[in-house]
Amino acid sequence: MSAVLEIDNLHVAIGAANVLRGVSLRVEAGEVRGLVGESGAGKSMVGRTIFGLLPAKAAIRAGQVQFEGRDLLAMPDKERRGLLGRRIALIPQDPMTSLNPVRRIGAQMVALLQLHLGLSKRAALDRAADLLAEVAVRDPARVLQLYPHELSGGMRQRVLIAMAFACDPALVIADEPTTALDVTVQRQVLQLVERMRQRHGAAILFVTHDLGVVAKICRSMTVLHAGRVLEDGPTADVLVKPHHAYTRALLAATPRADRPADALKPVPPALIESLWAEARRLDQLTATRPA
Amino acid sequence: MSDILLRTGQLGFAYPARSTSPFGKPVMRDVIKSVDLAVPRGAVLGLVGESGSGKTTLGRLLVRLLEPTSGGIQFDGTEISHLSEAALRPLRARIQMIFQDPQSSLNPRLPLAVTLTRQLEVYGRLKGRRDRRDRAAALLDLVGLPTAFVDRYPHELSGGQRQRAGIARALALQPDFIVADEIVSGLDVSTQAHILMLLKELRAKLGLTVVFISHDLSVIRVLCDEVAILRGGEVVEHGPVGRIFSHPQHAYTRQLLAAIPLPDVEPGWLDDPPSRQQPQQQGSAA
Repeated sequence: MSAVLEIDNLHVAIGAANVLRGVSLRVEAGEVRGLVGESGAGKSMVGRTIFGLLPAKAAIRAGQVQFEGRDLLAMPDKERRGLLGRRIALIPQDPMTSLNPVRRIGAQMVALLQLHLGLSKRAALDRAADLLAEVAVRDPARVLQLYPHELSGGMRQRVLIAMAFACDPALVIADEPTTALDVTVQRQVLQLVERMRQRHGAAILFVTHDLGVVAKICRSMTVLHAGRVLEDGPTADVLVKPHHAYTRALLAATPRADRPADALKPVPPALIESLWAEARRLDQLTATRPA
Repeated sequence: MSDILLRTGQLGFAYPARSTSPFGKPVMRDVIKSVDLAVPRGAVLGLVGESGSGKTTLGRLLVRLLEPTSGGIQFDGTEISHLSEAALRPLRARIQMIFQDPQSSLNPRLPLAVTLTRQLEVYGRLKGRRDRRDRAAALLDLVGLPTAFVDRYPHELSGGQRQRAGIARALALQPDFIVADEIVSGLDVSTQAHILMLLKELRAKLGLTVVFISHDLSVIRVLCDEVAILRGGEVVEHGPVGRIFSHPQHAYTRQLLAAIPLPDVEPGWLDDPPSRQQPQQQGSAA
Protein backbone atom coordinates (compact mmCIF):
# COMPACT_ATOMS: atom_id res chain seq x y z
CA MET A 1 0.00 0.00 0.00
CA SER A 2 1.16 3.50 -0.64
CA ALA A 3 1.24 6.08 2.08
CA VAL A 4 -0.19 9.53 1.38
CA LEU A 5 1.32 10.87 4.56
CA GLU A 6 4.28 9.44 6.37
CA ILE A 7 5.55 11.12 9.52
CA ASP A 8 8.78 9.76 10.88
CA ASN A 9 10.22 10.49 14.33
CA LEU A 10 8.90 14.05 14.47
CA HIS A 11 10.22 16.15 17.35
CA VAL A 12 8.74 19.61 17.91
CA ALA A 13 9.48 21.97 20.78
CA ILE A 14 7.93 25.27 21.75
CA GLY A 15 10.69 27.22 23.43
CA ALA A 16 12.27 24.80 25.87
CA ALA A 17 9.20 22.56 26.14
CA ASN A 18 8.93 19.49 23.95
CA VAL A 19 5.45 19.03 22.49
CA LEU A 20 6.10 16.19 20.05
CA ARG A 21 8.60 13.54 21.15
CA GLY A 22 9.28 11.37 18.14
CA VAL A 23 5.87 10.93 16.53
CA SER A 24 5.65 8.44 13.65
CA LEU A 25 2.49 7.65 11.77
CA ARG A 26 1.29 6.65 8.30
CA VAL A 27 -1.91 7.49 6.50
CA GLU A 28 -2.53 5.17 3.57
CA ALA A 29 -4.23 6.38 0.40
CA GLY A 30 -7.98 6.66 0.92
CA GLU A 31 -7.96 5.59 4.57
CA VAL A 32 -9.32 7.46 7.58
CA ARG A 33 -6.85 7.45 10.45
CA GLY A 34 -7.84 8.73 13.85
CA LEU A 35 -5.33 10.72 15.88
CA VAL A 36 -6.59 10.49 19.43
CA GLY A 37 -5.45 12.30 22.53
CA GLU A 38 -6.51 14.52 25.38
CA SER A 39 -5.64 18.20 25.65
CA GLY A 40 -1.91 18.70 25.75
CA ALA A 41 -1.20 15.44 23.91
CA GLY A 42 0.13 17.34 20.90
CA LYS A 43 -2.48 16.13 18.43
CA SER A 44 -3.15 19.57 16.95
CA MET A 45 0.61 20.17 16.65
CA VAL A 46 0.83 17.33 14.15
CA GLY A 47 -1.65 19.08 11.86
CA ARG A 48 -0.01 22.45 12.42
CA THR A 49 3.40 21.05 11.46
CA ILE A 50 1.97 19.77 8.18
CA PHE A 51 0.39 23.14 7.43
CA GLY A 52 3.45 25.11 8.52
CA LEU A 53 1.29 26.84 11.12
CA LEU A 54 3.35 26.15 14.23
CA PRO A 55 3.44 28.92 16.85
CA ALA A 56 6.20 31.50 16.53
CA LYS A 57 8.51 30.00 19.15
CA ALA A 58 8.12 26.44 17.90
CA ALA A 59 10.97 24.59 16.26
CA ILE A 60 11.09 21.27 14.46
CA ARG A 61 13.98 19.51 16.18
CA ALA A 62 14.05 16.35 14.14
CA GLY A 63 12.03 14.14 11.87
CA GLN A 64 10.45 13.98 8.46
CA VAL A 65 6.99 14.59 7.07
CA GLN A 66 6.50 13.03 3.68
CA PHE A 67 3.49 13.77 1.56
CA GLU A 68 3.12 11.52 -1.48
CA GLY A 69 6.79 10.71 -1.19
CA ARG A 70 7.99 14.33 -1.02
CA ASP A 71 9.51 15.86 2.08
CA LEU A 72 7.12 18.63 3.16
CA LEU A 73 9.56 20.12 5.65
CA ALA A 74 12.43 20.35 3.17
CA MET A 75 10.57 21.78 0.19
CA PRO A 76 10.56 25.51 -0.57
CA ASP A 77 7.71 27.48 1.02
CA LYS A 78 6.25 28.37 -2.33
CA GLU A 79 6.03 24.77 -3.38
CA ARG A 80 4.43 23.79 -0.09
CA ARG A 81 1.86 26.57 -0.32
CA GLY A 82 0.93 25.24 -3.74
CA LEU A 83 -0.02 21.96 -2.10
CA LEU A 84 -1.97 23.38 0.83
CA GLY A 85 -5.67 23.83 0.18
CA ARG A 86 -5.35 21.93 -3.08
CA ARG A 87 -3.66 18.58 -2.36
CA ILE A 88 -3.79 18.85 1.44
CA ALA A 89 -6.93 20.39 2.88
CA LEU A 90 -8.15 21.23 6.36
CA ILE A 91 -11.52 20.91 8.07
CA PRO A 92 -11.06 23.14 11.11
CA GLN A 93 -12.69 22.81 14.50
CA ASP A 94 -14.39 26.15 14.70
CA PRO A 95 -16.29 27.07 11.57
CA MET A 96 -17.05 30.55 12.92
CA THR A 97 -13.46 31.69 13.08
CA SER A 98 -12.33 29.93 9.92
CA LEU A 99 -14.73 31.66 7.58
CA ASN A 100 -14.26 35.33 6.83
CA PRO A 101 -17.16 37.03 8.65
CA VAL A 102 -17.46 39.95 6.22
CA ARG A 103 -17.50 38.03 2.94
CA ARG A 104 -20.35 36.02 1.50
CA ILE A 105 -20.01 32.21 1.38
CA GLY A 106 -20.07 32.33 -2.42
CA ALA A 107 -17.19 34.81 -2.66
CA GLN A 108 -15.05 32.71 -0.31
CA MET A 109 -15.67 29.50 -2.21
CA VAL A 110 -15.11 31.16 -5.57
CA ALA A 111 -11.79 32.62 -4.43
CA LEU A 112 -10.59 29.16 -3.44
CA LEU A 113 -11.70 27.53 -6.69
CA GLN A 114 -10.23 30.29 -8.84
CA LEU A 115 -6.90 30.20 -7.02
CA HIS A 116 -6.38 26.45 -7.09
CA LEU A 117 -8.28 25.27 -10.14
CA GLY A 118 -8.02 28.37 -12.32
CA LEU A 119 -11.74 28.38 -13.04
CA SER A 120 -13.58 31.36 -14.44
CA LYS A 121 -15.87 33.16 -12.02
CA ARG A 122 -18.95 31.72 -13.66
CA ALA A 123 -17.58 28.17 -13.61
CA ALA A 124 -16.38 28.58 -10.03
CA LEU A 125 -19.85 29.69 -8.91
CA ASP A 126 -21.45 26.66 -10.57
CA ARG A 127 -18.88 24.37 -8.99
CA ALA A 128 -19.46 25.98 -5.57
CA ALA A 129 -23.20 25.36 -5.87
CA ASP A 130 -22.56 21.73 -6.86
CA LEU A 131 -20.27 21.25 -3.88
CA LEU A 132 -22.86 22.66 -1.48
CA ALA A 133 -25.46 20.33 -2.96
CA GLU A 134 -23.04 17.45 -2.34
CA VAL A 135 -22.94 18.26 1.36
CA ALA A 136 -26.75 18.26 1.44
CA VAL A 137 -27.25 22.01 1.65
CA ARG A 138 -30.75 22.86 0.55
CA ASP A 139 -30.99 25.73 -1.92
CA PRO A 140 -27.24 26.21 -2.54
CA ALA A 141 -27.83 29.32 -4.68
CA ARG A 142 -29.35 31.10 -1.69
CA VAL A 143 -26.66 29.94 0.77
CA LEU A 144 -23.93 31.27 -1.55
CA GLN A 145 -25.42 34.73 -1.03
CA LEU A 146 -25.31 34.52 2.78
CA TYR A 147 -22.71 35.63 5.32
CA PRO A 148 -21.29 33.07 7.79
CA HIS A 149 -23.23 34.48 10.76
CA GLU A 150 -26.49 33.78 8.95
CA LEU A 151 -25.80 30.03 9.03
CA SER A 152 -26.19 27.55 11.89
CA GLY A 153 -23.10 25.80 13.28
CA GLY A 154 -23.92 22.60 11.42
CA MET A 155 -24.45 24.53 8.19
CA ARG A 156 -21.12 26.38 8.51
CA GLN A 157 -19.37 23.07 9.10
CA ARG A 158 -20.96 21.73 5.89
CA VAL A 159 -19.62 24.71 3.96
CA LEU A 160 -16.11 24.03 5.28
CA ILE A 161 -16.37 20.35 4.39
CA ALA A 162 -17.41 21.32 0.87
CA MET A 163 -14.42 23.69 0.65
CA ALA A 164 -12.00 21.06 1.98
CA PHE A 165 -12.98 18.58 -0.73
CA ALA A 166 -13.37 21.24 -3.45
CA CYS A 167 -10.05 20.53 -5.21
CA ASP A 168 -10.10 16.74 -4.80
CA PRO A 169 -7.26 16.68 -2.25
CA ALA A 170 -5.25 13.53 -1.54
CA LEU A 171 -5.25 14.26 2.20
CA VAL A 172 -7.71 16.04 4.47
CA ILE A 173 -6.77 16.94 8.02
CA ALA A 174 -9.95 17.10 10.10
CA ASP A 175 -9.20 18.87 13.38
CA GLU A 176 -12.01 18.04 15.86
CA PRO A 177 -14.61 19.04 13.24
CA THR A 178 -17.64 17.89 15.24
CA THR A 179 -16.64 18.81 18.78
CA ALA A 180 -18.89 21.86 18.99
CA LEU A 181 -21.93 20.22 17.39
CA ASP A 182 -25.04 18.59 18.86
CA VAL A 183 -25.06 14.77 18.63
CA THR A 184 -27.69 14.55 15.93
CA VAL A 185 -25.91 17.17 13.82
CA GLN A 186 -22.57 15.49 14.55
CA ARG A 187 -23.88 12.25 13.11
CA GLN A 188 -25.03 14.00 9.94
CA VAL A 189 -21.67 15.75 9.58
CA LEU A 190 -19.73 12.50 10.07
CA GLN A 191 -21.91 10.85 7.46
CA LEU A 192 -21.16 13.70 5.07
CA VAL A 193 -17.42 13.55 5.66
CA GLU A 194 -17.47 9.83 4.89
CA ARG A 195 -19.59 10.33 1.77
CA MET A 196 -17.31 13.12 0.49
CA ARG A 197 -14.24 10.99 1.18
CA GLN A 198 -15.66 8.14 -0.87
CA ARG A 199 -16.70 10.42 -3.71
CA HIS A 200 -13.46 12.41 -3.87
CA GLY A 201 -11.11 9.61 -2.86
CA ALA A 202 -9.17 11.47 -0.19
CA ALA A 203 -7.39 10.06 2.85
CA ILE A 204 -8.28 11.68 6.16
CA LEU A 205 -6.26 12.29 9.30
CA PHE A 206 -9.06 12.72 11.83
CA VAL A 207 -7.89 14.51 14.97
CA THR A 208 -10.23 14.02 17.92
CA HIS A 209 -10.47 13.36 21.65
CA ASP A 210 -13.64 11.32 21.20
CA LEU A 211 -13.17 7.54 21.07
CA GLY A 212 -16.78 7.17 19.94
CA VAL A 213 -16.19 9.29 16.86
CA VAL A 214 -13.01 7.34 16.10
CA ALA A 215 -14.89 4.06 16.38
CA LYS A 216 -17.46 5.20 13.84
CA ILE A 217 -15.35 6.84 11.15
CA CYS A 218 -11.70 5.71 11.43
CA ARG A 219 -10.30 2.46 10.10
CA SER A 220 -7.06 2.85 11.98
CA MET A 221 -6.02 4.94 14.93
CA THR A 222 -3.00 6.39 16.70
CA VAL A 223 -3.13 7.18 20.43
CA LEU A 224 -1.04 10.16 21.47
CA HIS A 225 -0.02 11.26 24.96
CA ALA A 226 2.58 13.86 25.95
CA GLY A 227 3.69 14.03 22.33
CA ARG A 228 4.37 10.31 22.11
CA VAL A 229 2.59 7.59 20.17
CA LEU A 230 1.46 5.06 22.76
CA GLU A 231 -0.54 2.79 20.53
CA ASP A 232 -1.25 2.37 16.88
CA GLY A 233 -3.34 -0.08 14.89
CA PRO A 234 -6.65 -0.93 13.24
CA THR A 235 -9.50 0.70 15.19
CA ALA A 236 -11.29 -2.63 15.60
CA ASP A 237 -8.21 -4.10 17.34
CA VAL A 238 -7.26 -1.12 19.47
CA LEU A 239 -10.75 -0.59 20.87
CA VAL A 240 -11.38 -4.26 21.56
CA LYS A 241 -7.92 -5.28 22.76
CA PRO A 242 -5.97 -2.17 23.68
CA HIS A 243 -2.31 -2.95 24.37
CA HIS A 244 -1.35 0.16 26.27
CA ALA A 245 -2.58 0.79 29.81
CA TYR A 246 -3.42 4.38 28.88
CA THR A 247 -5.74 3.33 26.05
CA ARG A 248 -7.44 0.85 28.39
CA ALA A 249 -7.82 3.55 31.05
CA LEU A 250 -9.29 6.03 28.57
CA LEU A 251 -11.85 3.49 27.42
CA ALA A 252 -12.81 2.67 30.99
CA ALA A 253 -13.20 6.40 31.78
CA THR A 254 -15.46 7.11 28.80
CA PRO A 255 -19.11 7.31 29.94
CA ARG A 256 -21.32 5.08 27.85
CA ALA A 257 -25.02 5.54 27.30
CA ASP A 258 -25.46 1.78 27.02
CA ARG A 259 -23.88 0.84 30.35
CA PRO A 260 -24.92 1.46 33.95
CA ALA A 261 -23.11 4.00 36.06
CA ASP A 262 -20.82 1.70 38.02
CA ALA A 263 -18.98 0.69 34.84
CA LEU A 264 -17.13 4.02 34.81
CA LYS A 265 -13.53 4.01 36.09
CA PRO A 266 -11.59 7.28 36.18
CA VAL A 267 -8.04 7.25 34.81
CA PRO A 268 -5.68 6.59 37.76
CA PRO A 269 -3.64 9.77 38.37
CA ALA A 270 -0.58 7.56 39.04
CA LEU A 271 -0.75 6.29 35.45
CA ILE A 272 -0.75 9.82 34.04
CA GLU A 273 2.13 10.80 36.32
CA SER A 274 4.21 7.82 35.26
CA LEU A 275 3.59 8.62 31.59
CA TRP A 276 4.79 12.21 32.08
CA ALA A 277 7.80 10.94 34.03
CA GLU A 278 8.66 8.67 31.10
CA ALA A 279 8.33 11.60 28.72
CA ARG A 280 10.67 13.72 30.85
CA ARG A 281 13.19 10.89 31.01
CA LEU A 282 13.05 10.71 27.24
CA ASP A 283 13.70 14.46 27.06
CA GLN A 284 16.83 14.08 29.18
CA LEU A 285 18.08 11.25 27.00
CA THR A 286 17.66 13.24 23.81
CA ALA A 287 19.16 16.35 25.40
CA THR A 288 22.30 14.56 26.58
CA ARG A 289 22.76 12.40 23.51
CA PRO A 290 25.79 13.62 21.51
CA ALA A 291 24.72 15.23 18.27
CA MET B 1 -41.91 17.68 54.92
CA SER B 2 -42.76 16.48 51.47
CA ASP B 3 -40.34 14.19 49.70
CA ILE B 4 -40.43 16.44 46.66
CA LEU B 5 -37.94 19.27 47.13
CA LEU B 6 -38.62 21.14 43.92
CA ARG B 7 -41.71 21.11 41.79
CA THR B 8 -42.68 23.11 38.72
CA GLY B 9 -46.23 23.44 37.48
CA GLN B 10 -46.81 24.44 33.85
CA LEU B 11 -43.69 26.53 34.08
CA GLY B 12 -43.24 28.90 31.16
CA PHE B 13 -40.83 31.57 30.09
CA ALA B 14 -41.13 33.91 27.14
CA TYR B 15 -39.26 36.99 26.05
CA PRO B 16 -40.28 39.67 23.59
CA ALA B 17 -38.95 38.81 20.14
CA ARG B 18 -37.93 41.43 17.60
CA SER B 19 -41.18 42.65 16.09
CA THR B 20 -41.54 43.42 12.43
CA SER B 21 -42.46 47.06 12.99
CA PRO B 22 -41.14 49.35 15.70
CA PHE B 23 -44.76 50.34 16.42
CA GLY B 24 -46.13 46.83 16.43
CA LYS B 25 -46.93 45.00 19.62
CA PRO B 26 -43.91 42.95 20.70
CA VAL B 27 -44.46 39.31 19.92
CA MET B 28 -43.61 37.03 22.82
CA ARG B 29 -41.41 34.08 22.03
CA ASP B 30 -41.83 31.01 24.21
CA VAL B 31 -38.56 29.49 25.33
CA ILE B 32 -39.97 27.22 28.02
CA LYS B 33 -43.45 25.82 27.49
CA SER B 34 -45.52 24.39 30.30
CA VAL B 35 -42.87 22.29 32.01
CA ASP B 36 -43.96 20.02 34.87
CA LEU B 37 -41.10 18.57 36.86
CA ALA B 38 -40.78 17.12 40.34
CA VAL B 39 -37.35 16.58 41.87
CA PRO B 40 -37.43 14.22 44.85
CA ARG B 41 -35.29 15.15 47.84
CA GLY B 42 -31.83 13.64 47.46
CA ALA B 43 -32.29 12.74 43.78
CA VAL B 44 -30.28 13.78 40.74
CA LEU B 45 -32.42 14.82 37.80
CA GLY B 46 -30.73 15.08 34.41
CA LEU B 47 -31.97 17.69 31.94
CA VAL B 48 -30.91 16.79 28.41
CA GLY B 49 -31.36 18.68 25.22
CA GLU B 50 -29.54 19.99 22.19
CA SER B 51 -28.64 23.62 21.66
CA GLY B 52 -31.73 25.81 21.68
CA SER B 53 -33.77 23.29 23.65
CA GLY B 54 -34.11 25.69 26.58
CA LYS B 55 -32.17 23.60 29.11
CA THR B 56 -30.03 26.47 30.35
CA THR B 57 -33.06 28.81 30.58
CA LEU B 58 -34.92 26.16 32.57
CA GLY B 59 -31.95 25.79 34.92
CA ARG B 60 -31.85 29.55 35.46
CA LEU B 61 -35.56 29.59 36.22
CA LEU B 62 -35.15 26.83 38.82
CA VAL B 63 -32.58 28.89 40.75
CA ARG B 64 -34.64 32.04 40.09
CA LEU B 65 -31.96 33.86 38.15
CA LEU B 66 -34.92 34.40 35.82
CA GLU B 67 -38.53 35.07 36.72
CA PRO B 68 -41.06 32.80 35.01
CA THR B 69 -43.68 34.40 32.79
CA SER B 70 -46.22 31.68 33.55
CA GLY B 71 -46.68 28.73 35.87
CA GLY B 72 -45.05 28.18 39.23
CA ILE B 73 -42.02 26.82 41.05
CA GLN B 74 -42.29 25.42 44.55
CA PHE B 75 -39.12 24.98 46.52
CA ASP B 76 -39.60 22.94 49.69
CA GLY B 77 -43.26 23.90 49.77
CA THR B 78 -42.73 27.63 49.17
CA GLU B 79 -43.93 29.22 45.95
CA ILE B 80 -40.83 31.09 44.70
CA SER B 81 -41.79 32.08 41.14
CA HIS B 82 -42.41 35.72 41.89
CA LEU B 83 -40.71 36.30 45.22
CA SER B 84 -38.78 39.56 45.52
CA GLU B 85 -34.99 39.49 45.87
CA ALA B 86 -35.36 40.30 49.58
CA ALA B 87 -37.84 37.50 50.15
CA LEU B 88 -35.64 35.12 48.16
CA ARG B 89 -32.54 35.91 50.16
CA PRO B 90 -32.86 33.27 52.88
CA LEU B 91 -33.65 30.69 50.19
CA ARG B 92 -30.69 31.69 48.03
CA ALA B 93 -28.38 30.20 50.64
CA ARG B 94 -30.06 26.84 50.07
CA ILE B 95 -30.09 27.00 46.27
CA GLN B 96 -26.81 27.12 44.38
CA MET B 97 -25.64 26.95 40.81
CA ILE B 98 -22.42 25.57 39.29
CA PHE B 99 -21.55 27.08 35.96
CA GLN B 100 -20.14 25.53 32.81
CA ASP B 101 -17.00 27.58 32.52
CA PRO B 102 -15.17 28.07 35.82
CA GLN B 103 -12.61 30.13 33.92
CA SER B 104 -15.14 32.90 33.52
CA SER B 105 -17.16 32.31 36.69
CA LEU B 106 -14.23 32.47 39.16
CA ASN B 107 -12.89 35.98 39.68
CA PRO B 108 -9.38 35.95 38.13
CA ARG B 109 -8.13 38.64 40.52
CA LEU B 110 -9.02 36.95 43.78
CA PRO B 111 -7.33 34.02 45.48
CA LEU B 112 -9.52 30.99 46.06
CA ALA B 113 -9.70 31.71 49.81
CA VAL B 114 -11.76 34.83 49.04
CA THR B 115 -13.81 33.47 46.14
CA LEU B 116 -14.83 30.32 47.99
CA THR B 117 -15.93 32.17 51.12
CA ARG B 118 -17.48 35.30 49.62
CA GLN B 119 -20.99 34.00 50.14
CA LEU B 120 -20.27 33.07 53.75
CA GLU B 121 -19.15 36.67 54.23
CA VAL B 122 -22.29 38.04 52.58
CA TYR B 123 -24.46 35.92 54.84
CA GLY B 124 -22.44 36.96 57.90
CA ARG B 125 -21.22 33.49 58.65
CA LEU B 126 -17.50 34.29 58.74
CA LYS B 127 -15.66 34.95 61.97
CA GLY B 128 -12.58 36.87 60.90
CA ARG B 129 -9.61 36.25 58.63
CA ARG B 130 -8.50 33.09 60.32
CA ASP B 131 -11.93 31.59 59.83
CA ARG B 132 -11.91 32.53 56.15
CA ARG B 133 -8.75 30.51 55.48
CA ASP B 134 -9.97 27.58 57.56
CA ARG B 135 -13.34 27.46 55.88
CA ALA B 136 -11.78 27.76 52.41
CA ALA B 137 -9.31 24.99 53.22
CA ALA B 138 -12.12 22.74 54.42
CA LEU B 139 -14.04 23.37 51.18
CA LEU B 140 -10.97 22.60 49.07
CA ASP B 141 -10.49 19.40 51.00
CA LEU B 142 -14.12 18.46 50.44
CA VAL B 143 -13.65 18.58 46.64
CA GLY B 144 -10.29 16.81 46.67
CA LEU B 145 -7.99 19.80 46.17
CA PRO B 146 -4.89 20.46 48.32
CA THR B 147 -5.69 22.91 51.13
CA ALA B 148 -2.60 24.92 50.12
CA PHE B 149 -4.65 26.09 47.12
CA VAL B 150 -6.28 28.79 49.33
CA ASP B 151 -3.64 31.23 48.07
CA ARG B 152 -3.87 30.26 44.43
CA TYR B 153 -5.53 32.23 41.66
CA PRO B 154 -7.81 30.60 39.08
CA HIS B 155 -5.23 30.83 36.26
CA GLU B 156 -2.84 28.69 38.31
CA LEU B 157 -5.27 25.77 38.19
CA SER B 158 -5.90 23.18 35.50
CA GLY B 159 -9.36 22.91 33.96
CA GLY B 160 -10.38 20.03 36.19
CA GLN B 161 -9.06 21.78 39.30
CA ARG B 162 -10.97 24.94 38.39
CA GLN B 163 -14.17 22.97 38.05
CA ARG B 164 -13.53 21.46 41.48
CA ALA B 165 -13.11 24.99 42.84
CA GLY B 166 -16.42 25.96 41.19
CA ILE B 167 -18.09 23.07 42.98
CA ALA B 168 -16.44 24.03 46.28
CA ARG B 169 -17.82 27.55 46.00
CA ALA B 170 -21.33 26.26 45.40
CA LEU B 171 -21.06 24.11 48.54
CA ALA B 172 -19.89 26.92 50.85
CA LEU B 173 -23.32 27.72 52.26
CA GLN B 174 -24.22 24.05 52.64
CA PRO B 175 -27.08 24.25 50.16
CA ASP B 176 -29.58 21.44 49.73
CA PHE B 177 -30.33 22.09 46.08
CA ILE B 178 -27.81 22.56 43.25
CA VAL B 179 -28.24 23.21 39.55
CA ALA B 180 -25.14 22.19 37.59
CA ASP B 181 -25.09 23.50 34.01
CA GLU B 182 -22.85 21.53 31.60
CA ILE B 183 -20.11 21.38 34.18
CA VAL B 184 -18.13 18.55 32.60
CA SER B 185 -18.51 19.40 28.92
CA GLY B 186 -15.22 21.22 28.45
CA LEU B 187 -13.15 18.59 30.23
CA ASP B 188 -11.00 15.75 28.97
CA VAL B 189 -12.33 12.24 29.43
CA SER B 190 -9.90 11.40 32.22
CA THR B 191 -10.72 14.60 34.16
CA GLN B 192 -14.43 14.33 33.44
CA ALA B 193 -14.71 10.89 35.04
CA HIS B 194 -13.04 12.20 38.22
CA ILE B 195 -15.49 15.13 38.46
CA LEU B 196 -18.45 12.79 37.92
CA MET B 197 -17.21 10.51 40.71
CA LEU B 198 -16.72 13.52 42.96
CA LEU B 199 -20.29 14.65 42.37
CA LYS B 200 -21.61 11.18 43.14
CA GLU B 201 -19.61 11.08 46.34
CA LEU B 202 -20.64 14.59 47.47
CA ARG B 203 -24.25 13.92 46.73
CA ALA B 204 -24.20 10.81 48.93
CA LYS B 205 -22.18 12.50 51.68
CA LEU B 206 -24.12 15.77 51.82
CA GLY B 207 -27.56 14.53 50.77
CA LEU B 208 -27.72 17.01 47.90
CA THR B 209 -30.59 17.30 45.49
CA VAL B 210 -29.21 18.07 42.05
CA VAL B 211 -30.47 19.13 38.64
CA PHE B 212 -27.72 18.22 36.20
CA ILE B 213 -27.95 19.90 32.81
CA SER B 214 -26.07 18.32 29.92
CA HIS B 215 -26.19 17.77 26.19
CA ASP B 216 -24.43 14.45 26.74
CA LEU B 217 -26.68 11.47 27.44
CA SER B 218 -23.72 9.25 28.35
CA VAL B 219 -22.78 11.56 31.20
CA ILE B 220 -26.40 11.70 32.37
CA ARG B 221 -26.46 7.94 32.60
CA VAL B 222 -23.47 7.90 34.93
CA LEU B 223 -24.82 10.42 37.39
CA CYS B 224 -28.59 10.75 37.32
CA ASP B 225 -31.52 8.85 38.81
CA GLU B 226 -34.06 10.47 36.56
CA VAL B 227 -33.87 12.22 33.25
CA ALA B 228 -36.06 14.73 31.40
CA ILE B 229 -35.54 15.14 27.65
CA LEU B 230 -36.08 18.69 26.50
CA ARG B 231 -36.82 19.79 22.98
CA GLY B 232 -37.99 23.20 21.85
CA GLY B 233 -38.74 24.23 25.44
CA GLU B 234 -40.92 21.20 26.16
CA VAL B 235 -40.23 18.05 28.13
CA VAL B 236 -40.88 15.30 25.59
CA GLU B 237 -40.06 12.43 27.91
CA HIS B 238 -39.35 12.09 31.62
CA GLY B 239 -38.58 9.05 33.74
CA PRO B 240 -36.05 6.90 35.59
CA VAL B 241 -32.69 6.71 33.83
CA GLY B 242 -32.77 2.94 33.41
CA ARG B 243 -36.16 2.98 31.70
CA ILE B 244 -35.42 5.92 29.39
CA PHE B 245 -32.17 4.36 28.20
CA SER B 246 -33.50 0.84 27.75
CA HIS B 247 -37.03 1.65 26.56
CA PRO B 248 -37.21 5.17 25.16
CA GLN B 249 -40.82 5.98 24.29
CA HIS B 250 -40.50 9.19 22.34
CA ALA B 251 -39.10 9.22 18.80
CA TYR B 252 -36.82 12.14 19.64
CA THR B 253 -35.28 10.28 22.60
CA ARG B 254 -34.61 7.32 20.32
CA GLN B 255 -33.08 9.62 17.75
CA LEU B 256 -30.79 11.20 20.37
CA LEU B 257 -29.70 7.79 21.67
CA ALA B 258 -29.04 6.51 18.16
CA ALA B 259 -26.87 9.52 17.36
CA ILE B 260 -24.43 8.90 20.22
CA PRO B 261 -21.24 7.37 18.83
CA LEU B 262 -20.40 4.57 21.25
CA PRO B 263 -16.73 3.55 21.26
CA ASP B 264 -17.49 0.32 19.42
CA VAL B 265 -16.75 -0.36 15.79
CA GLU B 266 -20.13 -0.62 14.12
CA PRO B 267 -20.11 -0.98 10.34
CA GLY B 268 -23.09 0.73 8.81
CA TRP B 269 -23.41 3.48 11.43
CA LEU B 270 -22.44 6.03 8.80
CA ASP B 271 -24.43 4.47 5.98
CA ASP B 272 -27.79 6.14 6.44
CA PRO B 273 -27.99 8.83 3.82
CA PRO B 274 -27.64 12.16 5.61
CA SER B 275 -30.96 13.87 5.54
CA ARG B 276 -31.44 17.41 4.40
CA GLN B 277 -33.21 18.36 7.58
CA GLN B 278 -33.67 17.08 11.09
CA PRO B 279 -35.26 13.71 10.59
CA GLN B 280 -38.60 13.69 12.35
CA GLN B 281 -38.57 10.00 12.99
CA GLN B 282 -35.70 7.66 13.10
CA GLY B 283 -35.75 4.93 15.67
CA SER B 284 -33.02 2.38 15.37
CA ALA B 285 -31.79 2.61 18.94
CA ALA B 286 -31.07 -0.69 20.54
